Amino acid sequence: MTDFVQLWVYLSSTPLFGLTATLVVYVLAQAFYARMDQAPWANPVLWSVVTLAAGLTATGTAYPTYFSGAQFIHFLLGPAVVALAWPLWQRRIALRARWGRFLLASLIGGTAAAGSAVGLAWALGLPVEIVLSLAPKSVTAPVAMGVAEKIGGIPALAAIFAVVTGMVGALSGKYLFDALRIDTDATGWMARGFALGTAAHGIGAARALQVNADAGAWAALALGLQVVLASLLIPLAARML
Amino acid sequence: MKALQGFAWLLVLQSAGETLARLLMLPFPGPVVGMVLLLVALRWSLVRDSVAAVAEFLLAHLSLLFVPVGVGVMTHLGLLGQYGLRMAVVIVLSTWVGLGVTALLLRALMRRDGPDADAHAKAIDGDAA
Repeated sequence: MTDFVQLWVYLSSTPLFGLTATLVVYVLAQAFYARMDQAPWANPVLWSVVTLAAGLTATGTAYPTYFSGAQFIHFLLGPAVVALAWPLWQRRIALRARWGRFLLASLIGGTAAAGSAVGLAWALGLPVEIVLSLAPKSVTAPVAMGVAEKIGGIPALAAIFAVVTGMVGALSGKYLFDALRIDTDATGWMARGFALGTAAHGIGAARALQVNADAGAWAALALGLQVVLASLLIPLAARML
Repeated sequence: MKALQGFAWLLVLQSAGETLARLLMLPFPGPVVGMVLLLVALRWSLVRDSVAAVAEFLLAHLSLLFVPVGVGVMTHLGLLGQYGLRMAVVIVLSTWVGLGVTALLLRALMRRDGPDADAHAKAIDGDAA
């Protein structure tokens, strides 16, 4: 028994533990998601986060210990943001022909998401650091962290808000679009995908990609545009207010 | 080897982005500048062929990359207990507003093209596939 305890103490303190746990739990969550016919409630990010957080709490493992291994996955967010140029490049012809419309939808949609978040948070009397951390919640986590830092929010909190926002979008997008009577023809998939990429960043885009390849492509485009617009405009808006 | 070259390009451009963002005090995070640099560099087939493989892999598994940050929610349980309900209301409602406004607006903008719009609404340009 003591041997086992010692082995656990050793293993759980090496980076190997956090990395292995993250990957194994995610692969299982992904398999579960596939098994449930990709039902929105079976979202793999949601269940991975819940399982890992519960497991760490149950075993008394501190988050920094876990993160010492998980950071290798976390690190890839940077190169992934750079890689977003690829879907933009692939759609450059559609973009060039209609860039004004995509830009307008991205600008108004992003402003609606960030503006309603800040306005509501303010109205509900949340502390100012939380309000500021909510502003960049529609952009992908690493960018949200950078923006939050710039405007006086809490980067770690901004990242969590971004992840939760992505999950809300991935979980409820389908029902909202159905209720708004957005069709599932080519224009409908474009609107659905683009909206998910704009308001629910990478997690919404991942969901769009699983449901429909075209929707996923538009989501990636929207995500890239939102990253550029939000990181430019949110700090600017914060400075003016 | 292609994928490895592509990954090297991503890291080089991210580093260049970080450097430029700091030196010129740009309002963008480093990786965003790297993304813009890559968009320019993709004109060059040497970059394009190697980046394509790794970019599709990374972006296909994008949601995995959010898990480590998401688990960090356990370190903010106190804050969640105090403000959790209000934060949840804000996040859910503002996400719906963002999704609804974007989808309805884009659909309205695209419909101005007339009935042949759907024919052009192809996600991937033929020459890139």
